[in-house]
Amino acid sequence: MAEKLSVETRQHMLKKMLEIRYCEERIQELFLENVIRGTTHLCIGQEAVSLAMAANVDAKRGDTVTCTYRGHGHALALGMPLKSMMAEMMGKASGCSKGKGGSMHLTDMEVGLIGTFAIVGAGLPVTNGAALTAQIKKTGAVSISIFGDGTPNIGAWHEAVNLAAVWKLPAVFLCENNLYGEYSAYGDTAPVPNVADRASAYNIPGVIVDGQDVEAVHAVIKTAVEYARAGNGPTLIEAKTYRYKGHSRSDPAAYRPAGELEEWLKRDPINLLADKMKADGQLTDDQLASMRKAAEKEVQDVTEWALAEPYPSLESVYEDIWV
Amino acid sequence: MPVITYREAVVRALDEEMAHDENVIFFGEDVGKAGGVFKVTPGLYEKFGGDRVRDTPISENAIIGAGVGAAVTGLRPVVELMFADFAAVTLDQIINQAAKFRYMSGGQLKVPLTIRAAQGAGQGFGSQHSQCVEAWFMHAPGLKVVVPSTPADVVGLLKSSIRDDNPVVFLEHKSLYTEKGEVPDGPDFIIPLGVANVVRKGTDVTIVATQQMVKVSLKAAEELEKQGISCEVIDPRTLVPLDLETIVNSVKKTGRLITVEEALHAGGWGAEVATQVTEHAIWYLEGPVIRVTLGASIIPFSGPLEAFLLPDKDDVIKAVHRAMEP
Repeated sequence: MAEKLSVETRQHMLKKMLEIRYCEERIQELFLENVIRGTTHLCIGQEAVSLAMAANVDAKRGDTVTCTYRGHGHALALGMPLKSMMAEMMGKASGCSKGKGGSMHLTDMEVGLIGTFAIVGAGLPVTNGAALTAQIKKTGAVSISIFGDGTPNIGAWHEAVNLAAVWKLPAVFLCENNLYGEYSAYGDTAPVPNVADRASAYNIPGVIVDGQDVEAVHAVIKTAVEYARAGNGPTLIEAKTYRYKGHSRSDPAAYRPAGELEEWLKRDPINLLADKMKADGQLTDDQLASMRKAAEKEVQDVTEWALAEPYPSLESVYEDIWV
Repeated sequence: MPVITYREAVVRALDEEMAHDENVIFFGEDVGKAGGVFKVTPGLYEKFGGDRVRDTPISENAIIGAGVGAAVTGLRPVVELMFADFAAVTLDQIINQAAKFRYMSGGQLKVPLTIRAAQGAGQGFGSQHSQCVEAWFMHAPGLKVVVPSTPADVVGLLKSSIRDDNPVVFLEHKSLYTEKGEVPDGPDFIIPLGVANVVRKGTDVTIVATQQMVKVSLKAAEELEKQGISCEVIDPRTLVPLDLETIVNSVKKTGRLITVEEALHAGGWGAEVATQVTEHAIWYLEGPVIRVTLGASIIPFSGPLEAFLLPDKDDVIKAVHRAMEP
């Protein structure tokens, strides 16, 4: 049983998880209405990992994060303004990347987010570089790279974990194992039962944690961050979680066995935290209902705002290529 | 003026920049304790220490990625890929990440990363250790591409590359490492990126060439001089940015253009220069633009085959004669 976080932290986490949940659901609707173009990768069901990660990141210290294209939740958890993200989803000038990035390319250095990476495995090598800066400049910062369960099957993952282990870089490698790499079940593409099992090949700690329990995930990341800051090198964390939606916009997730989603819904990360808070006398049903309503309204208000925002000037298509 | 080799020029530039800016770090395969597979970087590890000069595992993705991550967080890394052909192993980090980071982040990130690699044929290294790869990177907006041909250019341009806030692919030619040349003394010597070098003045034909092909073109120009044909030889030195103005002004004077490159006929930098010159100066042209290239082959191992494939003096002379035909 992980240590209980303070009531303020729990309240913040609950509020943010609700914001992420409603935001993702709204994004899904906007895609289906063709208001948002391209593709999107939703993190509904995985919100606990985002909040647990963000609570361990201090951008002022120089901590940084790289993550995958399933990154809306991580960006919001880190503190990217909802407006900034929603406008980016729609390709508007006021988006975090001036509309040039989109759903898969969110960056906000103010909150330590180097980027959400659209190429599987590309984030880990870059996190190493950020950790290298921290190591050389002795800032005490760490860099966390978040990736899915499909990523350890790509070469860059191994190159990066190996280098971080050899150089004892202040890095944390955080896997969100949501059971499916795109449409393929984890076990059909990996020869080891757990992603964390691969840590032994690099002589680094490998830790498995319940990804639906935000306090449990928080505790293992905290330990890994302290371990990295003390000069011991990286830790591989595997958070067992589940995405309620398909891989991307076009995927109805028909490959999932009947009843699997329902089983995971019983352990919804928002409900788990809310139940704990209720049990500890920190939350009532009425308060939770009004928090849900407030989150939904905020997302709706920001959506309306973003819809009315202007697109970037056409000339800007040639800007920001060179320094 | 001191005379040094092209190889010594690399280490001089790195040494000066590492002394100049403590944010400059250097890493790659065997570049530290061993001083580099091409013996290009001796002494740096001893002088600047293992924190700033590091040997890496054989992991090109990890090497470039670490360079990108260090660059966006405040360092000014120089990384070595050894043979330029190995860039193919890590094109994702170079083309999808380093080159696009600034754009995709709406200008939030900058990537002051220099990627050094040795390219080029002539030494029997075979198909996967000999090609000239500059064209790969000319097709990735956000990357600068530098191709020095003399020791002075190596010093001046490598220093500029390291100081540049954009990612730069710095391609040394491995057959030039033993070339000697004068290099101005002092740490202030620098050559800006995007300024071509008019290596030889002339009035009848403009020859644009890079790296080994500059030497080949100069030999051809000497022989042509005896035949009464005056060649202007221009080394662009950087392909991105390209000093088109110097080339176009020369063509306006000579009316004829030959490009000489150690790369494929289709889609090479010569094709780009030829096209841009026709866009900007077609009415000044008095003959066909001719590209001297490797044709459409792959660098072979066998000595006679490799020598046959590489453009030589006679190929350039033939091209000039064709361009001069009435």
